[in-house]
Amino acid sequence: MAKYLLLKHYRGAPASVNCTPMDQWSPDEISAHVGYMNDFAARLEKTGEYVDSQALAPEGTWVRYDGEGRPPVTDGPFAETKDLIAGWMIIDVDSHERALQLAGELSAAPGADGEPIHEWLELRPFLGEHPTITE
Amino acid sequence: MDEALLRGLIPGVLTILVRRGADFAAAEDAVQDALVEAVRVWPVDPPQDPKGWLVTVAWRKFLDVVRADTARRRREDHFTEEPVTGPAVDDTLQLYFLCAHPSLTPASAVALTLRAVGGLTTRQIARAYLVPEATMAQRISRAKRTVAGVEGASARVRRGAGVEAPSGLGQPNTGAEAPSGRAGPGAGGRFDRPGGVATVLRVLYLVFNEGYSGDIDLAAEAVRLTRQLAAQVDHPEVAGLLALMLLHHARRAARTASDGSLVPLAEQDRGRWDTRSIAEGVGILQAALARDRLGEFQAQAAIAALHADAPTAEETDWVQIVEWYDELTRLTDSPVVRLNRAVAVGEADGPRAGLAALSALDDSLPRHTAVAAYLHERDGDLAKAARLYAEGAHQAPNLAERDHLTRRAARLNARGCR
Repeated sequence: MAKYLLLKHYRGAPASVNCTPMDQWSPDEISAHVGYMNDFAARLEKTGEYVDSQALAPEGTWVRYDGEGRPPVTDGPFAETKDLIAGWMIIDVDSHERALQLAGELSAAPGADGEPIHEWLELRPFLGEHPTITE
Repeated sequence: MDEALLRGLIPGVLTILVRRGADFAAAEDAVQDALVEAVRVWPVDPPQDPKGWLVTVAWRKFLDVVRADTARRRREDHFTEEPVTGPAVDDTLQLYFLCAHPSLTPASAVALTLRAVGGLTTRQIARAYLVPEATMAQRISRAKRTVAGVEGASARVRRGAGVEAPSGLGQPNTGAEAPSGRAGPGAGGRFDRPGGVATVLRVLYLVFNEGYSGDIDLAAEAVRLTRQLAAQVDHPEVAGLLALMLLHHARRAARTASDGSLVPLAEQDRGRWDTRSIAEGVGILQAALARDRLGEFQAQAAIAALHADAPTAEETDWVQIVEWYDELTRLTDSPVVRLNRAVAVGEADGPRAGLAALSALDDSLPRHTAVAAYLHERDGDLAKAARLYAEGAHQAPNLAERDHLTRRAARLNARGCR
């Protein structure tokens, strides 16, 4: 089994195919979208592949150590370019193929007109601590 | 109360219930209920025969559940009269094969094996795999349902005389053949199409390679379960896997430094190897090899034994190790084996020979770059080695390996070989 992070972006990812912003969807379309993601998570819990999912606020703060005795520096000159993470889901699956398949399904969540958004998701494998023994 | 004793009894009790006709999931629930009762009752009133006690209570719990069906109840009450029979040693064998059934995904097979054969709690297994308990519970209950479906299908097939098994159940087992002798799967009649020995061994090796995290040491658990299996199945590959695990396990303390970083085999403090475990592994391996039915695990164990046998890294018998890799290549034809063989060739015949062996392989193989880096370093091309180590670190599949390769690159770079 291997864990993967499915990363959703507010900004920084290529545009979705069905790219109407969410605030211009109908309330039913929003419910359908949210419902799709909840169903997806529930289904993964049943298959034993679900680990975690969280949504993040769009406003983040950049922080940096600024020397002994000084308060950390917050935010920088990067406000307009930083990649914003909207949220994530962590899955634990048997293969990379399965992870790709699930990411594809999540990307097919319905948006405007009930059509799939075709949103780009970032799929990143976890690095475990322990190597398998190969020596 | 002796928790280890209790845990050791679970598989046997479970098997008896299943043999008497309980389906797997119901039997498991009943055994859990019996355990809860044992924890309550035994401190006050310890039983003379703990296993018999558990069987009686678990069976009663099972009957309570199915009581609604009176016809079934009559049949099952009849079984209650049967004494607990048979040698304890082969009780759990059917469970091994059932839990490794080919219809299960590897992850489900591992989880079910740890639950049913190992007697671990769902929470312990979830912790070891760093997933939520609810997720692991679902994984296990799905596995149980899958296995129950398989059992049902086999039973239906048996009832219809002369009917062939449906496809998917009657597939020939790949890899090693089924064990011989009375204790073989199917001897009990109920699980007549279980996974082959090869599947069971693969599941146990998966458990072993998960290593450890939290309170459960999965490597030690895998050794324990394989030892139990080896006591029940007379098969050289089972012995081969047990030997391999013991030999790997014996070097565990020396494999990582106190800060958790990897220590390569050549730099390990051989004084920290567990010599008793090595001696046991070598003995088991020799007995297995003497039977002249070579398999993958025996060949791997032979390589591990040659490493364990060398008093210093320099004294390693690389020529013989290359020969064993040739055997392994013949048995598996796995690209990973060829990659390891290239390393061994590099040690036996020099880094140029190793690089030549490596050049025949696909460079997208995991660890290909790291091996190339090592061979170039030994060949004296330090700049190229440093670059390849850095690249290998980038591709590393886990943190320990990544840090190790980054350190190697840094060490060469610090020597000013850029």
